[in-house]
Amino acid sequence: MLNTFVVYVENKPGVLTRVASLFRRRAFNIDSLTVGRTEKPEVSRMTITVDADYDQARRIEANLYKLVNVLLVENISNEPAIVRDLAMIKVGATHEARSHVLELASVFRARVVDVAPDSLTIEITGGEDKIDGLLEVLRPYGVLEMVRTGIVAMRRGGKSSAVVSEPATTVRDLNHDDASYSV
Amino acid sequence: MKTGAQILWECLEREGVKHVFGYPGGAILPAYDALKHSKIHHVLVRHEQGATHMADGYARVSGEVGVAVATSGPGATNMVTGIATAMLDSSPIVCITGQVGSRLIGSDAFQETDITGVTLPITKHNYLVTHASEVARTVREAFYVARSGRPGPVLVDITKDAQQTSCEFDWEAAKPQLPGYRPDLSPAPEEYARALELIHKAKRPVILAGHGIIISGAMREVRDFAERAGIPVALTLLGLGAFPASHPLNLGMMGMHGEAWVNHTIQEADLLLAFGMRFDDRVTGNLKTYAPNARKIHVEIDPAEINKNVKVDVPLVGDLREVLHELLPKIESIDRSEWLDHIDQLKGDSAVRDIQNLPDSGHLYAAHVINDLWHETREGNTVVVTDVGQHQMWEAQYYKHEHPRSLITSGGLGTMGFALPAAIGAKVARPESEVWVVVGDGGFQMTMAELATIVQENLKIHIAIINNGYLGMVRQWQEFFYEKNYQATPLLNPDFQKLGEAYGIRSMTVSERSQVVPAVRSARQHDGPVLINFRVEQEDSVYPMVAAGASLHEMIRRPSPLVETAEDE
Repeated sequence: MLNTFVVYVENKPGVLTRVASLFRRRAFNIDSLTVGRTEKPEVSRMTITVDADYDQARRIEANLYKLVNVLLVENISNEPAIVRDLAMIKVGATHEARSHVLELASVFRARVVDVAPDSLTIEITGGEDKIDGLLEVLRPYGVLEMVRTGIVAMRRGGKSSAVVSEPATTVRDLNHDDASYSV
Repeated sequence: MKTGAQILWECLEREGVKHVFGYPGGAILPAYDALKHSKIHHVLVRHEQGATHMADGYARVSGEVGVAVATSGPGATNMVTGIATAMLDSSPIVCITGQVGSRLIGSDAFQETDITGVTLPITKHNYLVTHASEVARTVREAFYVARSGRPGPVLVDITKDAQQTSCEFDWEAAKPQLPGYRPDLSPAPEEYARALELIHKAKRPVILAGHGIIISGAMREVRDFAERAGIPVALTLLGLGAFPASHPLNLGMMGMHGEAWVNHTIQEADLLLAFGMRFDDRVTGNLKTYAPNARKIHVEIDPAEINKNVKVDVPLVGDLREVLHELLPKIESIDRSEWLDHIDQLKGDSAVRDIQNLPDSGHLYAAHVINDLWHETREGNTVVVTDVGQHQMWEAQYYKHEHPRSLITSGGLGTMGFALPAAIGAKVARPESEVWVVVGDGGFQMTMAELATIVQENLKIHIAIINNGYLGMVRQWQEFFYEKNYQATPLLNPDFQKLGEAYGIRSMTVSERSQVVPAVRSARQHDGPVLINFRVEQEDSVYPMVAAGASLHEMIRRPSPLVETAEDE
């Protein structure tokens, strides 16, 4: 099954390599990995999706924690979460096809962000299924180019997984069973 | 104001370092220049791989962090094998490497290698230091990470300009800042309860004792536990010494070359208590048929080891000593004499298959050498350092280790060439101990350049070359699994006696059993290093053997004229 991990790491050079190298080294296949800044400049946040069974997912989590620069790992696969992917799709759209493409974009609540004489560029945000759906209906018109960010995810509701950025073992103080371990 | 180089040595001193093993070169020269102001003793090695094995041997006999130093480029890449060795055997070492100037990084400058990139998967953590002001904190963090939790190697790569430039040095202010590092996990309370229930219900339990016992310093606790609960103890290769060989509950070594009854015991057990071991394929054999009727309790400090190879019923993630302290008061004394009697019966014909008990063929066997060596040195504070291969397994079978840190060997990585340099590290760490190197003729030649280091440092190390003229373990596999096609395994060796003498080391050759004890005695009496070239039976094999991928109870047994069939099962 597809697992979604939210991983907080120290914002230091080489940390992305360490994380990526871990997946390669342990032969876990990354489906998607995104990394970006957080509300704290010293902390970066990754969203990683991996195809793994339950035991593998536990081991991925444990192995991520073995990286000294990893602050917090959460597997949010089974929790209510907002999951978003962003895509830009450049579609061949001649004069006669243009209105059809615009119609499809509006059905999917996508936005047209660039118009050229024989193409349209559509930006869409949403779950992966939604983007796949739009892509499917646009294919007959000729998809010239596409780029996707990979997913970012956040839990719904008030439960926050923010990282305390104090040194030493403060990670253990979070509302998280860090200090103990059970399967 | 101090230079990065001065700060480096001062921090090492403050971390308790008394000896480092190293080899100078361009990018680390500023550090060597500052060495003259330091109290630290520098051991000049002959190859950087040797420096890492020495640091490793130093760490394994003492429990302290071992330190190796090398220059950039080839100096650093030569350390790779030693770092990987330390990684797989959880040995705390810190490797300091010089790096080209920070402005040259990425330019393919002379002797530039991205050593933090190269060693990323084989270090517990590593650092690239580009400013003098980062040296102190980095060194402190490196030592902390290396020795805490599940220990391991840490590499610190310091650019030449970071060594040369100056900054204010404040030890107190340079505290480690590791917000994500969690070396101190402990099990959830309900896991203890589940473990106790399994332990008290078990009829046929066995303890699997690993290296973690020694690292955690839990020898007494394991002994108390085994005695109180009446549970027999099987050991991994790196666990040897964690539980006294002479203890009535000691079964011996398990796994590929473990004793037959030990493997049978594990296969028949209804509960495995894994203490600081990681179910390596060398101890489990085929996982599908491994201990099929046993529940499993895994006491392990590294959560990533839980359910990695063997699915366990109760994980107790934490420091073994602390976990056992928690469990011990709640352990009920249970009479398990029926199980222990049954294990005695499992010994079956093992004794009559033992090479020691076979009729004297006039040949010198490695087992004889090891057995005699053990008899002669058992009373002493002896450390045996072995290499990798047949001699390593014979040592594990025939040298009865009573004390922790008395056997130093490369387990996980199986690094040939480990023994000689690791023994140097061991002797430097524990000069009062008698140190014996037990090494094959193949592995010895991989790092024998370090003979010069032994002489230069005037170390009283005894070297026993188990010389069978083959890469013996590979030859054994060729004999068993490749129809005796001995490709690339016969060795044309130098005269080891003359070789030793060329280094100024007292050397002898022994080829008859009657000469073994006199040679060992004479070596022990000599005030200096001694090399003994034991010319042993060429085509002997290590028995029993679980073939790679076979089930643990399917062992190839030593043929014996006193036993009808050579195959078990």
